[in-house]
Amino acid sequence: MSTLSELVGKETIEKVLAKGRSTGAGFSEIFIEDKRSTSAGLDDGRIEQVTTGRDRGAGIRVVHGETTGFAHTADLSEAGLLQAAEAAAVAAKQGSGGVVTVALGGIDTHQVNDVQILPNEVPKTRKVELLERANEAARSIDKAVVQVSAGYGDSVRRILVANSEGVFAADDQVRTLFRVSVVASGDGGMQTGYDSMGRTIGFELFDLYDVEELAAGAARQAVTKLKARPAPSGALPVVIKRGSGGVLFHEACGHGLEADLVGKGASVYRGKVGEMVASSLVTLIDDGTMSGEWGAIGIDDEGHQSQKNTLIENGVLTDYMWDYLRARKENHRQSGNGRRQSYMHLPMVRMTNTFVINGTSEPDDIVKATKNGVYVAKLGGGSVNTASGDFVFGMTEAYLIENGEITEPLREGNLIGNGPQVLRDIDLLGNDFAMGNPGTCGKDGQGVPVGDGQPTLRVKSLTIGGTAA
Amino acid sequence: MSSGNALQDLADRIVAKAKPGEQVEAYVSRGGETSIRIYEGEVEHFVSAQSESVGIRVIKDGRTGYAYAGTLDESVLSEVFAEARDNVQFGSVDEWAGLAEPDGVAKVPQELWNEELAHFPTAEKIAIAKELEKLTLATDSRIRIDDANYDDAYGETAFATTSGIRAHGRENGCYVSVGTLADDGDETQTGFGFSVGRTPTEFNLGRAAREAADRATRLLGATKPQSKRTTIVLDPYVTAQFLRVLSGSFSGENVQKGRSFFAERLGESVANPLVTLIDDPTNSLAYSATDIDGEGLAARRNVLIENGVLKQFLHSSYSARRGQTRSTGSAVRTGGTPGVSCLAMQLVPGTGTQEELIAQVSDGVLIQMVQGLHSGVNPISGDFSTGASGLLITNGQVGAPIREFTIASTLQRMLQDVVAIGGDVDWLPMSANGMSLVISDVTMSGA
Repeated sequence: MSTLSELVGKETIEKVLAKGRSTGAGFSEIFIEDKRSTSAGLDDGRIEQVTTGRDRGAGIRVVHGETTGFAHTADLSEAGLLQAAEAAAVAAKQGSGGVVTVALGGIDTHQVNDVQILPNEVPKTRKVELLERANEAARSIDKAVVQVSAGYGDSVRRILVANSEGVFAADDQVRTLFRVSVVASGDGGMQTGYDSMGRTIGFELFDLYDVEELAAGAARQAVTKLKARPAPSGALPVVIKRGSGGVLFHEACGHGLEADLVGKGASVYRGKVGEMVASSLVTLIDDGTMSGEWGAIGIDDEGHQSQKNTLIENGVLTDYMWDYLRARKENHRQSGNGRRQSYMHLPMVRMTNTFVINGTSEPDDIVKATKNGVYVAKLGGGSVNTASGDFVFGMTEAYLIENGEITEPLREGNLIGNGPQVLRDIDLLGNDFAMGNPGTCGKDGQGVPVGDGQPTLRVKSLTIGGTAA
Repeated sequence: MSSGNALQDLADRIVAKAKPGEQVEAYVSRGGETSIRIYEGEVEHFVSAQSESVGIRVIKDGRTGYAYAGTLDESVLSEVFAEARDNVQFGSVDEWAGLAEPDGVAKVPQELWNEELAHFPTAEKIAIAKELEKLTLATDSRIRIDDANYDDAYGETAFATTSGIRAHGRENGCYVSVGTLADDGDETQTGFGFSVGRTPTEFNLGRAAREAADRATRLLGATKPQSKRTTIVLDPYVTAQFLRVLSGSFSGENVQKGRSFFAERLGESVANPLVTLIDDPTNSLAYSATDIDGEGLAARRNVLIENGVLKQFLHSSYSARRGQTRSTGSAVRTGGTPGVSCLAMQLVPGTGTQEELIAQVSDGVLIQMVQGLHSGVNPISGDFSTGASGLLITNGQVGAPIREFTIASTLQRMLQDVVAIGGDVDWLPMSANGMSLVISDVTMSGA
């Protein structure tokens, strides 16, 4: 696999950037991507198929005043790139700005992830075997397990970014993922279990984690839920197990701290820097440099080196997350959060790995201190309205807490709360931090890989959307 | 043999390279989009994008392999074919694996391509989005704009298989949308409005602006309600989202694999007798209308539920072979082997406006927006729980706004608990139509 800088030479890139500015635009950028992926799926006891894919192309962005023009192409020849650059330049501004030249220095690389075994160098047979092992492990848990599907996926994403301000950087991002979903059937109908693991590393993922254990866990979740009772309806204290509830912060405040939404006045956290926005227990970090984690990147998709950013410190809002455009507009530093799904998409402010650091409580004591409530062992996805602050997240594995003890399993449902209120209502924070499942964060139609994490914690009141009185 | 269509010729050329004993399918497509976003009277971004892709499926001795690439470049095609062939050896033997075969069902002619849109001037597209922003701002002094957008897209696809499928089609469409913010002191609420057309001349900008402003302003001052059992009236947009959640349960493949709560229920009452639900991609009014499915077979009208009784499941050629029945033209492409899905769901409308339906409700909630259908609804177990916002209904009249609550039931119960269906059909930019829908006995969780 040739590197991108071999595929598209520096002189060509300089010509393309100059072309982008030829109608008078102040900024031009080229983002080149070459992504190879392999996936394999097992369902109903069969390997359905192995799929390999290749996506390669370039996106060219031109900014003129407040207007961004963008075009992309799968044609990486100099002629193809110049044509896309012209389209982007025309889109940004009609007119002529005369001849512009752009000169770049040497290429920067920032590798935060240490990949041991490139997945595209591993025989496909070994990938398929993992699926079969997971299938058998899940089915062996209980006769009630009636269906298992498992998926393996890896990708090697090479990116190169250059812009007219001299940014010239490259990164290789290797990700490996495994997921299992299980259906169990009983007298009361069907229930499901799900678990996944994924990191920004290679095939050594499977030396670190056991697919059979993952599959068995998903199967036990489904079987346990066959005996589940309807979740309560109404407001109760909620204890969230470590490494399962990072999505709470992703939704309750993460999105609201993205500078593009703040800048448009579409966030409840606008104008709140320096103010107390959460319980003093809460310190929230977004860290793209966390080696190997699902949201880890060497550079963001605007060529800016990834960073560790403190967003909330002891309850006080310290900063938002930034991309190139929003930082330029507000004369702020970029924070390494300009990301995009692929070369076919415009970058915007996105999270990387977002997590709350340890508190001091023993996790067992948090449960014991809760007379009646809900214990959430596994969260599903979520979503937020950043302007009102209202957010939801799903609980896929949850139990009642009665008299300080975890008791009966509960059926699935959403929990709903208001971000600023929930952050203030965190009254106990554990000392058992863990990262959670790999996630895909959706915003404005684009999905990017993100990580999250948190220690066991308690929110003193959240509304649980069940049906039991 | 030239078809006069470049994509079809390309698909045919790929399939012609099949070796003896190989079944091969080529699925090629290309398309483009224009995306214009206006903010404060200026173009915030203008995206002009073209894309293309090729997917090759190879089946040999009951094993399937697949590969794709995001380009139609000749130099890559042979690599994709080689990868698909290589991947075959890792698939399990599946006695039902295979390609679709021509079934003699004729395509229903539809106008899916609009020449006016294909040549619509860029400057006018920008002007339309600016006009939408202006109209929306003028509706109410409390309204700000998040963004005003014009989007259009076109796509062409072609299929060829060694089993004799040759099909191609093309379609285009456009829509405008506007996101609003309404402020009152520290409080901000949001709304949205949109309008869809085969051509921009079909847009109703005034309606999009009004709806976007109303959705946001009428939630100002909303409070969290008390928990109770209640009757809900779903806005047409929410009804369409509700229908989509049901889609997978009609998939014959999900039935065969034990993932549908409708399994074993054919011919039984699964919904209130008021409910007749069809999947009809041949209805040109549907945004997702199409003349071919994801295997190149003619799309067709399929009745799912008639007067509350479950009539049939949907099939691709794979699930049809496995279930010893015929494909219903319901294949969709997400990866290699086609899946099965509803293409254009349509609840048959009842009568009455939303106001008339609300007038029949003594105590309930008009659900204006839902949040978290993906996280709180399990289409396999049927558990349904979603965040919501809307307006209280008392004695047949809408009143105070409420927010930060959930509504919950099960999908199975909600179908039985339908008490009225409106006549206010709305064709939305989604693969289901919408209308007001009244469902009794759901749990509202709040304070």
